[in-house]
Amino acid sequence: MSDGCGAPVQGVDIEVGDNEVVLTGKVSTADGPVGGAYVRLLDASGEFTAEVVSSPEGDFRFFAAPGEWTIRALHRSGNGQASVSAAGPGVHPVSVAVA
Amino acid sequence: MSREDVLVSAAWSEENLNTPGVVFVEVDEDTTAYDGGHIPGAVKVDWKNELQDPVRRDFVDRAGFEKLLSAKGISNDDTVILYGGNNNWFAAYAYWYFKLYGHQAVKLLDGGRKKWELDGRPLDKETVERPATEYRAQDQDLTIRAFRDEVVDSIGKQNLVDVRSPDEFSGKLLAPAHLPQEQAQRGGHIPSAINVPWSKAANEDGTFKSNEELAEIYGEAGFDGSRKTIAYCRIGERSSHTWFALHELLGHQDVKNYDGSWTEYGSLVGVPVELGSGKEG
Repeated sequence: MSDGCGAPVQGVDIEVGDNEVVLTGKVSTADGPVGGAYVRLLDASGEFTAEVVSSPEGDFRFFAAPGEWTIRALHRSGNGQASVSAAGPGVHPVSVAVA
Repeated sequence: MSREDVLVSAAWSEENLNTPGVVFVEVDEDTTAYDGGHIPGAVKVDWKNELQDPVRRDFVDRAGFEKLLSAKGISNDDTVILYGGNNNWFAAYAYWYFKLYGHQAVKLLDGGRKKWELDGRPLDKETVERPATEYRAQDQDLTIRAFRDEVVDSIGKQNLVDVRSPDEFSGKLLAPAHLPQEQAQRGGHIPSAINVPWSKAANEDGTFKSNEELAEIYGEAGFDGSRKTIAYCRIGERSSHTWFALHELLGHQDVKNYDGSWTEYGSLVGVPVELGSGKEG
């Protein structure tokens, strides 16, 4: 059991459990992936659900539930967002461009 | 108490990095953020390894807190400015913890590390060493800390503010969505609790919302200002953030943080647990 609240290292390969809904991808600018972006998971009503910081390679990952999600990224160079639909368990890729 | 007594802006902080008697402290669970670059002159406190007892599930005792602050070079007269990642969760926890042990001159850097970084303000990797002090702490101020029996007794009588996400509140998830879902305890919430996720109190950049906005948010959720209040989450850090909003910003009296939170309550044998959104009844 995790007794903390810090996010695990982003971008590292993980085993996805049978019932886990994983939303994962990269944050990029026109120059390529960026680390240090604050990546926010918003639910179907736009409500904040979770936040992680992208890895140096721009990776982020959320353990969510089935549904419609918005991924919003904040970075020194700008902000951006993308939508992802997760019908069920598995890995659901989504990328976010910030400008 | 005014907002300026408990919060400082990133701009003020940058202007006061070298002000005598002001000590910046970064608090996180994962201190690799500090090691990769911190506010110039800031010392670090490790939430898990330095503020939690290594054996029992509790805080370091008064003597342990004195030893810790002495070693960090923090004196009783210093104004401590706390900041950290995760929208200041652990910094807010440390704020509450410093108050618990009687340190009055403590403030939060509004927006924490996120706001500082998004503003493009300076970070460095210099090793910070401050001369040791002889810090003296007070006995814990238990008017701001709730324990499990009091929480059970407060069902239906006090404001119980569950600040976790709606899916954790309903029992759908056992931890925030950025963590693996491997918890062992039961899901759900304490009966009669209202659900006001901590994030409602924060803007996108991590700063706190205005007092007017905060009052409206808690009022709409059914918060009764005439009652005593206990805030809780999963391990007590997000609820420190809400404790700060209710007690320090809005000035509500008799607000406690239940640091045992859901990891304790959801593992207790025999206590009532409610599922769902809590809005059906």
